[in-house]
Amino acid sequence: MHEMSLALALVGLVEERARGEGAARVLTVGVAVGRLGHVEPEALAFCLDGAARGTLVEGARFAIEERPGRAWCFDCAAEVGLDRRGAPCPGCGGHMLRVAGGEELRVTTMEIA
Amino acid sequence: MCTTCGCGAGETRIEGGHAHMHRHADGTVHAHHHHHDHPHPHEDDRAPGHDDHDHHHHGPGGTIHYGRGPAGNSVPGLGQTRLVAIEADVLARNDALAAANRARLARARTLALNLVSSPGAGKTTLLVETLRRMAGVPVAVIEGDQETSTDAERIRAAGAPAVQVNTGKGCHLDAAMVGHALDHLPAVDGGVVFIENVGNLVCPAAFDLGESARVVIASVTEGEDKPLKYPGIFATADLLLVSKSDLLPHVDCDTELLIANARRVRPGLAVIRISARTGEGLEDWLAWIDAGRRMARLRG
Repeated sequence: MHEMSLALALVGLVEERARGEGAARVLTVGVAVGRLGHVEPEALAFCLDGAARGTLVEGARFAIEERPGRAWCFDCAAEVGLDRRGAPCPGCGGHMLRVAGGEELRVTTMEIA
Repeated sequence: MCTTCGCGAGETRIEGGHAHMHRHADGTVHAHHHHHDHPHPHEDDRAPGHDDHDHHHHGPGGTIHYGRGPAGNSVPGLGQTRLVAIEADVLARNDALAAANRARLARARTLALNLVSSPGAGKTTLLVETLRRMAGVPVAVIEGDQETSTDAERIRAAGAPAVQVNTGKGCHLDAAMVGHALDHLPAVDGGVVFIENVGNLVCPAAFDLGESARVVIASVTEGEDKPLKYPGIFATADLLLVSKSDLLPHVDCDTELLIANARRVRPGLAVIRISARTGEGLEDWLAWIDAGRRMARLRG
């Protein structure tokens, strides 16, 4: 389950930034997960609590926000929304799509004390 | 817990060297390299008061081992709370290491191929046959598996230098592991580094290793719906090898549908039907590799 590696990287990143801000604790962490990325939000949430144990981030609330998938449709010559890879273009039903957004795994904010 | 691949509890090993990385309570990190030949079980290596400890080390045959204990930080009293905008990519560290690998390979005008598939798709068999037909071309192989050095031994028996990375409970290779494995392989200027990833159609998709191209291998015994069930890995592929094509008379696999499904998630994906046993497709595959080598030489 690669979500554990990502959770550890995420907690490490937040801890590093929190230290830089002179924080004693991290209370909440905002996380953006793209729908077309390689991360299952529930699996990530499950891993984050464990990954945070013993760090400044222990006990923090992780607010995971899903970001929509977007793709460029070559047939429509337009950007369209895409729920999952392999799904057809909602406009023309075709598959000539290039993913244009919604693959991210980003830390957006942290609330520190 | 492994820092680069958190899935395992400190069980990643790479053959050929030894390094320790330490993170201190003040957040500073340093690493030092040294070599030794004796087996070095991880659990016995954790000294009291030394929990926050990253390392990878050599086991029997020179295998390197990554590991990390829980970070032990004290939490002073709370002050006022503040909201800080970060906007940081979680994979940035892996991506930076991948970029370093890519630059290093480009300097050596080396084509690096990341081979991904489910377990048992025939990666190693195909690789052995490929290496046999590439006699005279400088090659090196990085073998990723959770355990055993069986695959690296098969590659060495085929006459190519190989280093085995054991990920322990880890489910994929990452850029740090590949960078370290490259340290332990001879330079193959103008040649090819094959990176055989851990057999897994899910996790390796997220981790850039610094490869020139990603090759996904799907065998005809796996059925035609793999690209739709595991779209992430097919969506990031540059070439699809439909392997074990010699078994087509014996299995119900519609290869046209398999290929169409792959192209639904990756429009325009190049495809070669291939069999290490009969040799079908190997000429095309070697020509594809050769074209990549020429591109690498032009870039280098």
